[in-house]
Amino acid sequence: MYQNIGEILILFWKTARSFPSLWKERQKVFDQLFEIGNASLFMVCILSLFIGGVLALQTGPVLVERGISSVLGGMIGLSMCKELAPVMIAILVAGRIGSAMAAEIGSMRVYQEIDALRTMNIDPVRYLVLPRLVAIAVALPTLVLFSIPVGWFGGALVCDFNQKIAVSFDPFFQNLREVVEVKDICNGIFKSFVFALAIGIVSCHQGLVTRGGPRGIGRSVTKAVVNSIILILILDYFLTRFLLYVQK
Amino acid sequence: MSSPNPHPENASVEVINLRRSFGAKEVLKGISFKVNAGELFVIMGPSGSGKTVLLKHIIGLEAPEAGQILIDGESIANPAVREKYRMAMVFQAGALLTSLTVGENVGLYLTEHRLKSPAEISAIVARQLEAVGLKGLQDSLPSELSGGMQKRVAIARALVVEPHLILFDEPTSELDPLMAATIGREIYSLNKRTRATVIVVSHDRDLAFSIADRIAIILDGEIICMGTPSEVKENKDPRVQKFIHAEISPSTT
Repeated sequence: MYQNIGEILILFWKTARSFPSLWKERQKVFDQLFEIGNASLFMVCILSLFIGGVLALQTGPVLVERGISSVLGGMIGLSMCKELAPVMIAILVAGRIGSAMAAEIGSMRVYQEIDALRTMNIDPVRYLVLPRLVAIAVALPTLVLFSIPVGWFGGALVCDFNQKIAVSFDPFFQNLREVVEVKDICNGIFKSFVFALAIGIVSCHQGLVTRGGPRGIGRSVTKAVVNSIILILILDYFLTRFLLYVQK
Repeated sequence: MSSPNPHPENASVEVINLRRSFGAKEVLKGISFKVNAGELFVIMGPSGSGKTVLLKHIIGLEAPEAGQILIDGESIANPAVREKYRMAMVFQAGALLTSLTVGENVGLYLTEHRLKSPAEISAIVARQLEAVGLKGLQDSLPSELSGGMQKRVAIARALVVEPHLILFDEPTSELDPLMAATIGREIYSLNKRTRATVIVVSHDRDLAFSIADRIAIILDGEIICMGTPSEVKENKDPRVQKFIHAEISPSTT
């Protein structure tokens, strides 16, 4: 485990060092951005709509019972932008994009394509890892930015149409506007940026250390997704503590 | 100290006491040999004898546990040597980048190192593909080609580098005899035409004896015989004789 952590940190350092050649790799970054956006945007919208809806469904009746249904908009608004959107979308992206990254790089490793790059003096970190890491670091916060309003809308829909809650759009969004500030949205975006770096580097590393044919590729994909999700949840705790401390 | 290379388009390779183990298994047991600049050198041996591992060390994909590899007298461990000498390797399965087209694969070195304009790269790619008999296949994907065609694309990709040293790993494996002979002729003419130093790793005896300037036979991580094709054929070592005369016949089965 410690060896893995060390290798991941070294890979991150090497990728950071190859950052000056990003302009040369811009086409690959755009290709990756298209892949990530194309693969995830629709799923993100569906997921966010239902997260907002379930949140309203679970908390709405309880708050109505206690006569504080007016705070529903703010509660759902804050939950979505500070916690649920960044974490859930990061998990979705780890599953869809992280696994694809690990599989693609892993298969290149197994079938000696990475060795072929090295014999041509092409740095695999610059060629493969840098564009993917930059693309996911741009794409995930952007997806979260989409996810937040869709989640709010999902919550508002349920609050309006569910007979037990019966909070219409206007009071829902009025309370949301009173409670949610721009810094809360930035909070979520910042978290998603860190999650994106974690997913990208863990998945690329797992791809680069793949061994042993198709079974090895399968193992790498599983490890990339599981390790990314664990890292997202651990990082979420520490980032939350850090952001609460900073915003005091 | 090696003497200066008279031909700047190629490079000599010297392997000195190379050792490498994977776990408890010692794959290379102190191998030493020298390939002269411009020579076509074939390393033969049965599967699992350490040929490919040796090739990977020569091109710097693997680091030795002990010993040295010198390119024109300079250690391959020095990154500057990788910059100074252009080297290329044709992998056993071609190792083409499957997400790129044939043309993009062939032009990859030039594109990535920004050595030519896109128009010049297109022209070079077309010329190299024509040279290996694959004219007009620039836009095909590697998956649409046969094994032999993929190997020829890999050769074209290696030639684009204009290498001082070119390594072939089992160039005729998985090919029919006709295609194997074609690839053999291409390797031979490549060596004569470009004057590049060529090292071929193979267990194909016909290929080795028909194209090599010199042959080394490696067995269990050790070189057991080295010389010109006729010297190797006349070698009295029973292990050498067994390897070069092994045949499938009712008596051997």
